[in-house]
Order: sequence, then structure tokens, then C-alpha cells
Amino acid sequence: MNEDRVTRKRKTLRFPVPVIATDPGPPPRRSSALVRSTWLLAAPVIAILLWSVVYPNVSVIAGSLANGALAWKEFFASPADREAVVSTLIVSVGSVIAATLIGLPLAFLLARFEFRGRRTLSAIATLPAALPPLVGVVAFMFLYGESGVVTRIVQHALGLERAPWSLTGLWAIVFVHAYTMYVYVFLFVSAGLERIDTTLDEAAEGLGASRGFRLRRVTLPLLTPSIAGAMLLVFMSALGSFSAPYVFGGGIRVLSTQIVASKLNGNLGLAYAETTVLALAAVAGLIILRRFERRRSYAMSGKGRQTRVLVTSPLARALLPALAVATVAVLLLPHAMVILVSFARDGAWTTQVLPPEYTLDNFRRMATDPALWIPIRNSVSMALIATAANVVICFVAAYLIVLRRFSGRRLLEILIALPWAIPATAIAIGLASTFNRNDPVTLRVLLVGTFWILPLAYFIRGIPLVATAVEGSLKQMDPSLEDAAHGLGASWWMAVRRVILPAARPGLIAGALLAAVTAVGEFVASVVLYTHANRPIAVEILAQLRNLAFGTAAAYSVLLIGLVLTITLVARWTEGRLARGQAPVSA
Amino acid sequence: MTTATLSLVGVTRRFGALTAGGTPAVDALTLDVPQGELLALIGASGSGKTTTLRIIAGHEAPDEGRVLLEGRDITALAPRQRGFGMVFQHYALFPHMTVGENVAFGLEARGVPKAERRERAARALANVGLGNAGPREVQSLSGGEQQRVALARALIIEPRVLLLDEPLSNLDPTLRRTTRDELRAMLHRLGVTAVFVTHDQEDAFAVADRVALLERGRLLQVGRPEELYDRPATRSVAEFIGRATLVPARRSGDRAVLTIGGVARDVRAVMPNGGTGGGEMFAVLRPDALELVATPAANDWHGTIVERRFAGALLAYRVKLADDVEVEVHTIERGREIGESVAVRVSREPVAVVEA
Repeated sequence: MNEDRVTRKRKTLRFPVPVIATDPGPPPRRSSALVRSTWLLAAPVIAILLWSVVYPNVSVIAGSLANGALAWKEFFASPADREAVVSTLIVSVGSVIAATLIGLPLAFLLARFEFRGRRTLSAIATLPAALPPLVGVVAFMFLYGESGVVTRIVQHALGLERAPWSLTGLWAIVFVHAYTMYVYVFLFVSAGLERIDTTLDEAAEGLGASRGFRLRRVTLPLLTPSIAGAMLLVFMSALGSFSAPYVFGGGIRVLSTQIVASKLNGNLGLAYAETTVLALAAVAGLIILRRFERRRSYAMSGKGRQTRVLVTSPLARALLPALAVATVAVLLLPHAMVILVSFARDGAWTTQVLPPEYTLDNFRRMATDPALWIPIRNSVSMALIATAANVVICFVAAYLIVLRRFSGRRLLEILIALPWAIPATAIAIGLASTFNRNDPVTLRVLLVGTFWILPLAYFIRGIPLVATAVEGSLKQMDPSLEDAAHGLGASWWMAVRRVILPAARPGLIAGALLAAVTAVGEFVASVVLYTHANRPIAVEILAQLRNLAFGTAAAYSVLLIGLVLTITLVARWTEGRLARGQAPVSA
Repeated sequence: MTTATLSLVGVTRRFGALTAGGTPAVDALTLDVPQGELLALIGASGSGKTTTLRIIAGHEAPDEGRVLLEGRDITALAPRQRGFGMVFQHYALFPHMTVGENVAFGLEARGVPKAERRERAARALANVGLGNAGPREVQSLSGGEQQRVALARALIIEPRVLLLDEPLSNLDPTLRRTTRDELRAMLHRLGVTAVFVTHDQEDAFAVADRVALLERGRLLQVGRPEELYDRPATRSVAEFIGRATLVPARRSGDRAVLTIGGVARDVRAVMPNGGTGGGEMFAVLRPDALELVATPAANDWHGTIVERRFAGALLAYRVKLADDVEVEVHTIERGREIGESVAVRVSREPVAVVEA
């Protein structure tokens, strides 16, 4: 009678948001040997996380307070900083509104209605999130920038002397954010809609509630935590966003770009103060988000009978497929544009709508010129190193969080959530301020200016992605399986190898995939920390853009998209192979 | 409360791929529920009982057939236009509303003013014994309390028909017994026409006036609980309802001859669906219609006790007779042990006879 309450496997892509659980975890097992073994495992993991995640941020705060808090006086007195704070807030709020206006209706449309083109649209709807951050920005420049294709088409169509708009300033940033960040709202609301017990809607309908009344009184209130959570997520992402303001900001200052500017100007104290403000704002956002996460977990598991209404009104039947096609086109345009420009001859594209000359030279040069090959080698090797470290550390951390009950569990959860909240710029400034000299007493190692600073930054950014995914998998495992293995005489290591790892595997692979994809296209931390020798692809794209070598920049972008695709396919293939190799642990 | 007569006429519902050769979820179901009656729909899982209930509620549309209310065709009516109350299996209480708001929801949907809503919700809650629960959060309620809130919410709209989907299945056994007695008493007091889905025949017997047994979407038999028990229409009904041993029988008129191990016994017989009398027949031997005899006669069946189970008021003995026939006997007699030789005799007649 309870079989229909078994949670179904979710098909929708879920954005991994670290959640600090409110459940007490597994029941306490009072064996001093167990407590000792737990801490033996937990101590090194916690130490690594404290050293890599907390220490740099503390060092930034300490740095901002050096010299009698002079930096803070400067911060509060500076008109540029006041402008940056205000602009950051405007961009963030604007992004929230724009992303919600796109993501919310789209989620409802795809979840509740059946029409021609629905499947294609839902397959494409999350695509913007898969675009590496800088590549998305570059694509927007090619499309909607002052000399972009869409801009020129509009200009020619209207017979204007000059471009009808320039993609700079606050609204340009919000425009780019809306494209990439509506995906958060879409995913959260879709997942929320999927989780709502459909019998609630039936109950309301049976009690006489009309469609509008049910939406207002039942569906929306139940979705409120999801919507609010997504809006906060967009707010936090926009708060720390760097690529779009950096490329399209024009004269606009936001906090993240201001931090980099202060550092480049050599005013480290001010950079530290700005970083502190940004990081604290993000952590505050995380704390509020956690509240919503807790409320999101209404007991809403029903039969999950998701019913889509077939659209019958003739007008909607005609318009919806057209709208779907148009939306798909807009979503695919950036990818298509990058691919097109990657075949354009550098320097030939000036005032024409489309690049006039096409060539394979851009790719040929990348394959033959060792100087152009270096960034690719760097990105791949650094992403691999960071992801490998993520897999080991995050598996242990997730295992401890899900299956062990010990006093460090909460601390571990917070340590994992922190790098997710703190903007990449702040992480980078933290690393730059901490690992700039060798000093065994204060546990400092000289990494700045070496190859290793970027893998470390990527590792930190990957922690929440891998750990959250593994936690998700382990939570689906029946915790008594481990006890059962031990009861049958398995050693700890055998239980891990034969029971825990297979259960964690889907999350481990998905998390590693996400971490690797993020690392290989990473730009924000890289641009602060790179050296010429370890420059990654994203930094090279920016350098090529500065040289007006659009074709080469686009070719790198295509390569990056290709790498992301390859990593995804390899992960899927691996998971498929492993899944076939053994029976699943949980039915 | 103005309740009504509900009828299903030839209702059929097929699900997707099943249309090609598979059996429909509900198959040509015709059923009447007179005004004020409490009807239980029972059957194994997958028998179509919940689908039937959802068709009555309007959450599911039948592929064929009609749903009638007081003779009026309501098949095409949306759920909210039917004015039925429904208690869902997991209660479907709105988690973001208080208990009082949940109960008052149907009134809110009907535009009843707030003060009246509150007053009527309080009264409805008092009726189910939750007088002070109005401001509480639904999450803070126990399973039994949630069930009563769901009932109050369904009853407040003065439903013409009340539908209950496994309303007792999420309660623990003790609570379940008291709750079903209360449920029966309350529904009778209100005189509401009710259809009640359960997989548990004990619940159905305890609550319902009549019981409809479904199997693979078809109606096997509908009648008062004791009719289904004492006079099963078919072998399937006999096997589903209660415990029984089926023994080959030969029928002549209103009597039947039961033969086990060459020992024949002539008993008064009843064959509810008439039947042709030809072909293979089985007598339905109920444990409570058999007794162990101290001084066996020549036409008693002899056997050995193979199992002994204490069931409170009664003791259940399984007795292995000749021809590998095993019967169960319920008796107040406690002194018998496993391995003991006993004789068994039919103690209550008539015995139901069904076609093989």
C-alpha cells in the first residue's frame, strides 16, 4: 500500500545546491572504536578544507584590517566603490527579475501543457547553463554587440546610420545574465512542480476550486520556496558575476571587477576590503537560501502522476509551436554563432553582417602552433588534477556526512557549502593573498606564480559540486546496507569497495563531470591567478579577442564546447559501462 | 445533507498499451449505490478499484459507459462541478495551510465569507473530535488526526456522494479498528452515500453496508458482507473472501454430496448464482462451519492436526484429511495438539457450492 510513495528517479536535471541537512543523520552508534575511526577519516579532510577554503578568506579579512583598517576607511570614502556597490545591487536585482520572468512561465509551460515542439524545447531549455561563462559572453558579443550579426541585421533593415544599440552598461549585463541564469529558475520551478503531490490539486478541484483559484491558493504557495530559492540563487550568481561586467560593463563598475581593478592597481588593502564585502554578502545569501531549502522539503511526495493538458484553443495551438521554435532558435543562436565565427578569417570581418571569408586556418593553427596548443594542454591537465582531488576528498566528506554521525558533521557541511557561495573572484583573491610565500609556521606555501595555484582554485570550486552529487547518491542508499555488510563480516574497506562506492558511483561520476566541465572552461578565478605558462583556454580567448582575432577566439570557444561535450560523453559512457557491469545497489 | 443515488453503467477504462489484448483497468462495470448507502469496493491491487473511484470523482474519464447521479448523466462533468467529497489515501492535506484553512477550503472556493467559514470549519472539526485543532499546522498532526481532518474537509461541502480511497490503510492496527467503527457510525448518522475503496476485507465488512468485489476490472459480486461470505457467486469470490477449503461436491437439488477419502457426506447446499448443476462443482468449507467431533460417526472425516494457531477467542487447527485435503477448523476447544488424530464434521448448513 506504500509502494506508490517510493521516490521516483528524477529525470530533470537538478542543479546541485549544497544543503546543510536538518535531519539528525544516522542514529548514533556508540562504539569508541567507531568514533575513533570516524575522526581518523574526518580529521585530514576537515584539515584540507580548513586550509584551502577557510584560511584564504580569513587571510583576506585580516589583510583588509591591517594598517589600522585604513583600507576600510578608503572603501567607505571612495565614490567608485559606492558606485560599484549600487551597480552590483541593480545588476543583481535586475537579473533576478529578468531570469524569473523567463524561467517561471517556461517551467509552467513545459510542465503543464502538451503541444507540438514541447519535447525539443525542454531538451534545449537548459542549454545556456552548459555554455562556459566566457564563451557565452563572447557569443553575445558576436550576436548583439555593436558590430554583432543581429545588431547589423536590425541596422540594415531599418536603414540606420549607426548601430541601433550598444551592448554596454547595466542593461547589457542584465541581458546576458537573463540568458544564462533563467535556467536556475526554470530548473528549480520544474523540480518543484514535479514534486508537488498531484492529489493536492485533485483534492482542491474536488472541493470545487477553479483552475485560477487552485493556482493562486495551492500551486503557487507550494512553489513559493522553490521560486524564492531560485531567485536567491540568481541574486547570488549575479552578485559574484565577473565575465559579463568585465566584457560588457563599459564604464560600469561592479564589485567583482572593482576587486580585480584594485588588485591590478596594487591597492591590495582596498581589494581585500571589497572582497570581504562581496564574500560576506554571498555567505549571507547562502544562509537565507538554507532557510528556504528547509521549507522546500514539505512532505510533497505523492503518486507523482504528472498530467499535461493538451492545448486545444486554436490560437494557442498555432502560436505555441511557433513560440517554441523561436525560443529554441534564440537559445541555440549563441552556439551557432560561435561555430560560424570560428571559421571566419581573422581580420576580414569588419562591417559586414556576416563574416565574409571562411577558412579552416583557425583550427589548423591551433593544431600546429605550439604556442596556441599550450592553453589547451594547460586547461585539460589542470582540470584533470583538480577533479581527481575533488573525487577523493569529496567522496570521503560525503560518506562522513551521510553515513556517520559525529560532532564535526555540521562543520564539514558548512565547509563544503562555502566555496559554492563565495564568488570566484573572492576565492582567487584569497588564494593570492595566502599562498604568496613559503612560511611553514603559518602553513603558507608559495603557489602564486606557479602552475599549482590554478588547479587549487579549480579544486576549491569543484568541492561543492562533487560533494553534493555524491551526498545525493548516498542518501538514496539504505544506511543499514553498510551495517549489513559489516554484520556479514566485511572489513571497513570491503564495505566501502563493495557497497558504498557502487551506491555513490552515479553521484561521483555526475559530480566529477560537472567539476571537470567547470574547471576546463574556468575564467573568473583564472584571470586573477594565471601566469603566462599556465594560462588556460578562457584566458587565451580573452587575449585573442583583445587582438581582434575573433576567428581564433571563436575557434578556442568551439574547442571548449567540444571538450565539455567530450567530457560529458565519456562520463555517460563510463557510467553506462559500470552500470551494466554490476547490478544496482538500490532497486 | 442531500445525498443521492449513484450509478455506474457499463464503465470501461483502458490504459495506454493495454488496449491491444491486455485487460482494461475497469471492464464494463455496472453498479448502483442507493442513497445513503455505504458501499465498499474491494479487490486485490490492480483490480481497478481506485480507478473506479477516480472515475466516480471525475479525475479520470471512462472510455465507455456513463456515471449517473439521480439518473442524470454526469460523465462529462468536471470534478469541481460534481460536489463530491473525497478522502485521499494519503489524505492530500495542503501542507502550507493550517488545519482550519484545510477544512474551510471547499467553502473558500465557494466564496463563503470568512467569518462563516471559520465558524463552520470549527463545527466540522468538532464533529470529528478535533475541536481545538483549527490553528495547528497539518504537519503536527498524527496519522489518525490527519485522516479525521481529511474527512472533515470532505464533509464540510455537504457532498452528495462521499468517496474514500483506502482511508484506513495508513493507520496502525489498533487505531484502525477504533477509527473504522467511528467512521461507520458517523457516516450512518449523516446518512451520506459513500463509496469506500479498500484492499482489506475486514475493513470493508466492518464499515460497509454492501461490498462490491472486483477482479481485473470486472465486478465479481456485490452484496451484503455475509452474502459474499456465505453465498459466494463464484470460485474466485470464495477464494478471495475469508478462508475456505474447496472440496469436490456433487449437487442434487438443494443438497450436495461432499466426498473426501471415499467418505461421503450429504449436506444442505446453496448455489447463489443458480448454475446449471452440471460440470465440476466445489463446496466451500469455512473454518467456522466445521467442528472437531469427540465421538466420530461413520460419515465423519478422519485426519491429523498439522498446525495449531492461537487466535484469541478461537483456536485455529489445520487438519489433514484423506486425499491430501487440508481444512481449517475454528473452535473454542483448546486441548488439541499437533499430531493428534481427530474427526471433522460440517457444523453449519447450508454449505455454498460454486462451479469450478
